[in-house]
Amino acid sequence: MSWLAIAAAGALGAVARFLISQTAMQRLGTRLPWGTVLVNVSGALAAGVVTGLVTEALLPAALGRVVAGGFLGAYTTFSTAMVETLQLRERAGSAAAIAHLLAESLAALAAAGLGWWLVVGVA
Amino acid sequence: MLPARPRHVALVAVGGAVGAVARVALAEARPLSPGELPVVTLLENLTGAFLLAVLLTVLGRRSVADSTVRLLVGTGVLGSFTTYSTHSVELVVLLEVGARWLAGGYLAVTLVGGLLAAAAGMSLGRRLTPQAAGARSADPGGDP
Repeated sequence: MSWLAIAAAGALGAVARFLISQTAMQRLGTRLPWGTVLVNVSGALAAGVVTGLVTEALLPAALGRVVAGGFLGAYTTFSTAMVETLQLRERAGSAAAIAHLLAESLAALAAAGLGWWLVVGVA
Repeated sequence: MLPARPRHVALVAVGGAVGAVARVALAEARPLSPGELPVVTLLENLTGAFLLAVLLTVLGRRSVADSTVRLLVGTGVLGSFTTYSTHSVELVVLLEVGARWLAGGYLAVTLVGGLLAAAAGMSLGRRLTPQAAGARSADPGGDP
């Protein structure tokens, strides 16, 4: 049963990523891969919150596994971020690609840390 | 309002379910000890980056892009098999237990390894589709 929940959460997460990426492409253009940045940073923030809640025993570990592992793991993506970084390098050069990679990565780390701290720091 | 057709959403959903179950199953087959390098997430992300680069390069070089495979396997399975959120939380946990050097190393190996894996995947993808090499003016792999 729990694997069914992981599968369903993974399906929802992937679809949410797909729809947000498409909408971001239409509204913000394709100069930068805004959709992937948006899902990765927001997903990291949410994963920080969920992990903090499980750590503080405010959320059952089994539910945290479905939300963080199933939904948020599928909602965020590393493979697309890497391919997009290489595509950016072809369009805009190595400096822009490295800046994009570091900005996305550090923003996701900061978001996860913020989410964690918001729960564990307050609890 | 939503630009995606239902068939596209269904393909991404099915692939996303498969990718998520595979990722979580691998992670739970080898649980992470506190202060340890998250090897499973690292390997999942590098493998997924490599495979996605192969797939998109091969599909991008065909005259008609196969959106079914791209959405099911690319956006769905491989997008969902790899993760940024778990990686970021693992970094936070490493920093939380004071393993700063390990966290820095994990971040560096993930990013550098991810780029190298994707570049290797693109390279392999090009080799798998040599017949299209001269047919395109904008060759993504060629010199400017």
